[in-house]
Amino acid sequence: MAKSIRARATLKGDTVTVKSLITHVMETGLRKDEKTGDKIPAHYIQEVTCEHNGKEVVLAQWGPAVSKNPYLSYEFTGGKSGDDVSISWVDNKGEKDSLTVQVK
Amino acid sequence: MQRRTFLKGSLAGSTVAVAVGAGLLTPGAVMAAWPKRAFETEDMQTAMKDLFGTAQTEPTDDISIKAPDIAENGAVVPVSITSGIAGIEEIAIIAEKNGTPLAANFKLADNAKGFVSTRIKMAKTSNVVAVVKAGGKAYSARKEVKVTIGGCGG
Repeated sequence: MAKSIRARATLKGDTVTVKSLITHVMETGLRKDEKTGDKIPAHYIQEVTCEHNGKEVVLAQWGPAVSKNPYLSYEFTGGKSGDDVSISWVDNKGEKDSLTVQVK
Repeated sequence: MQRRTFLKGSLAGSTVAVAVGAGLLTPGAVMAAWPKRAFETEDMQTAMKDLFGTAQTEPTDDISIKAPDIAENGAVVPVSITSGIAGIEEIAIIAEKNGTPLAANFKLADNAKGFVSTRIKMAKTSNVVAVVKAGGKAYSARKEVKVTIGGCGG
C-alpha cells in the first residue's frame, strides 16, 4: 500500500542519501475547529523506522511539533545500488504505513 | 481509566530506564518505547534529562544547524542538523519556546551519518537547539529563528 509515503534513495560515493515525504495531518491537539470551537484531537506520527536491507539505520521519534506532511532526510554509508531502503511509520492512533524503495 | 494510563506509563518508563541503565538495549530494542514524558514536558531541561539522562550539554562548533533566520510561516520551518562528532547515537531537535519544546529525536545506527533533516512547527521566535549524544556525552548548538506567524494553532 504505502500510499502515504514517497521516498528516494540515491547513492553518491559511499553515501546513500534518503529523502522522504509522508502524507500525514500531524495534528497537535491544540488547534480548534473554526466552526464549532471544539479542540481537534491530537493525531501525529510518533515513530519512523528507517531500514537498510532489514537493518535499522535511523529511528525517528517525533512529537506533534513536526510539521504536517513531514519531510525526513538522512544519510548512511555501506549501501550499494539496488539495496532495499524501507521506511515505516506509526502514529499515536496506531495507524501505520511502510514503503520499500531501491537505492539508485 | 486514569489508573490504567498511569500504570502503563510508569511500567513502560521504569522498564526502559532499567534496561538502558544496564546497557542491554540496542537502538532496535528501544524502539517500542516512544519517550512520552520527554515529548510532553513543557520544560526543556526535563526533556533532555529524560532523553539523554542529563540536562548538561557541552556547547560545540561541531554541530551545524541549518534553518532560516526568519521563518514567515512557523508551521513549516526546515531544520537540518549536521555534525562531525564521532560515534553519534542520537540527535534531538528542540524549539526552545514551544509549549512542548522537544520536536524530534533521531536514534542513529553506527553506519548512519551525522545528518538529519526535517521540518518543524514553531510557536514563536526562539532558539532551535540541536543536542547530539555521542560516547555517553551530550553536545549542543543553537540558532535563533525569528517566526512571523506561529505554527502551533490554538
